[in-house]
Amino acid sequence: MNQEDFQSGGERFPLTRRSVIEAVRSIDAEERERALEALCAAYWKPVYKYVRLRWNRPADVTQDLTQGFFVELLERELLEKFDSKKSRLRTYLRLCVDSFVMNEDKSGRRQKRGGTVPHIALDFAGAEEELGATVMDPAAIPSPESLEEFFEKEWVRSLFALAVEDLRELCVARERERTFRLFESYELDGNKQITYEQLSKEFGIPVTDVTNALAWARREFRKIALERLRELCATEEEFRREARAVFGWDSK
Amino acid sequence: MRFLSNAALERLRDGAEAPDLAGTRYRLLERIARGGMGIVYAAEDENLQRRVALKVLDVPGTDGDLANRLLREARVLAALEHPGIVPVHDVGTLADGRVFYTMKFVEGKRLDKFIESVASVPDRLRLFLRVCDAVAFAHARGVLHRDLKPANIMVGPFGEVLVMDWGLAKILRERATLDSQAMDRDATIFEKPKHGADSNDASQSSAVTAHGTVMGTPGYMSPEQARGDVEHLDARTDIYSLGAMLRFLLSGQPEVAPLSNAPRLDKSLLAICAKATAASPADRYSNVQELALDVSRYLDGLAVAAHRESFFEKAGRFYRRYRFFILLIAAYLVMRVAILLFMHR
Repeated sequence: MNQEDFQSGGERFPLTRRSVIEAVRSIDAEERERALEALCAAYWKPVYKYVRLRWNRPADVTQDLTQGFFVELLERELLEKFDSKKSRLRTYLRLCVDSFVMNEDKSGRRQKRGGTVPHIALDFAGAEEELGATVMDPAAIPSPESLEEFFEKEWVRSLFALAVEDLRELCVARERERTFRLFESYELDGNKQITYEQLSKEFGIPVTDVTNALAWARREFRKIALERLRELCATEEEFRREARAVFGWDSK
Repeated sequence: MRFLSNAALERLRDGAEAPDLAGTRYRLLERIARGGMGIVYAAEDENLQRRVALKVLDVPGTDGDLANRLLREARVLAALEHPGIVPVHDVGTLADGRVFYTMKFVEGKRLDKFIESVASVPDRLRLFLRVCDAVAFAHARGVLHRDLKPANIMVGPFGEVLVMDWGLAKILRERATLDSQAMDRDATIFEKPKHGADSNDASQSSAVTAHGTVMGTPGYMSPEQARGDVEHLDARTDIYSLGAMLRFLLSGQPEVAPLSNAPRLDKSLLAICAKATAASPADRYSNVQELALDVSRYLDGLAVAAHRESFFEKAGRFYRRYRFFILLIAAYLVMRVAILLFMHR
């Protein structure tokens, strides 16, 4: 029996995308830019929220610092110095943020940037709104451990939000908009009381269709989230470690 | 982009963790435990209408070290049909891309919990002997467990003992062939690996536990295993773990306790533990049968090979073994003396 024999339950899992850490070191400028975009998409919100909380900076200053950080990441090739054997990318980036903000304070050079930030839309107003919707009393999270936890949680939130967006796009592409609406109602709206029966009445479909649609959506969500995660990890080992942390398997 | 509340994050995490059993004959019941490689769930086999334990990797993919290890574990279990080794039923890949296998659902307690209700040393030793039986069988089939510890032993409601978690098992093929011929001539359904398959498996094995990789549990792991000397491990590495387990069964901890905390144990038992957990493999029992034989001899009140007794120890053991007859004879003699004294008065 070989590996190919183990395909009983479904199609083979798709080949993984290249890690951003590898891609960022590529000689191909386009690939490098794409990698930075992926990294920036996953991390800009956690970085913004972290700077707001940890460094207690006003919103406009934090916006500037967030953009400045990603420019610095690119210009000083900080990712080239990342060693996955020594730390997780997430921890490394958080430490880089800390050192970046400290250096900015020391030199007093806070300038408007943005020219070389990867081309993704940074919705600072939305991030500010989210900040208000979560914890956000700096006095309530004093220890470095809590801040690390906060950064981690915001990173997971950001990763999952991107995966949900990918799932929505996938549903649209496959004409399964109703499946996404079911997924939204059951998994995302935070209404724990809702049942499959209620959803079946609300959408006018049998309960088995609700079950199947949700199973499909969860499977795709999981696949997408893991693929995005794999992309943000340098090694398979780091990916496994991160997958456990992201999905909360270690804490259960 | 949509904002996800904390409640939504938890729901997504929970939903993503549960294995997707669509297209299989299993129905998910509950989560039982998580191990180094994955998660174990209780599931119902809907065809056979029985409860099974389903072990699934927590990350997708049929290649990679973890998937290889899980598949190897399933194959090792499939090759080891013994009442003391949990039987595997099925292996495959789920729709979500994760490798899984199902095995017998064992209802019972882990040995470390179970012994809290077993106060007598002989009863604990009898449990230990059953573990030795299963390990000796695996060694005869050329398989090392490499992670023997009380947490990996289950004791069922009828006292059956099952050795679990063969994820770190190492297959010693040459020995397997020799031993299976020499020790179990009547054994059937044990196919020798073909040359091609052999080399393929060997590469998998080296990928899974390459030289220098330390895998095992501190306290139960032999020094050579702790050094990552994977290529030179043999049955004596499991004997070390069995010795540590024996010490745990007797004293509540796998290592030698400091003198002030050491419970009073018979010197022969201490010597058996010491021999099994000797730092050098050459100083340990050469096979599990020898270790089990020494424990059995202790239970029968006989001298053990691990300990050279003094005259007084021999006398003490002789007394303990034949206490009833000695006391009977002594009582008879005392009565005779008493009668003689009475008659001569």
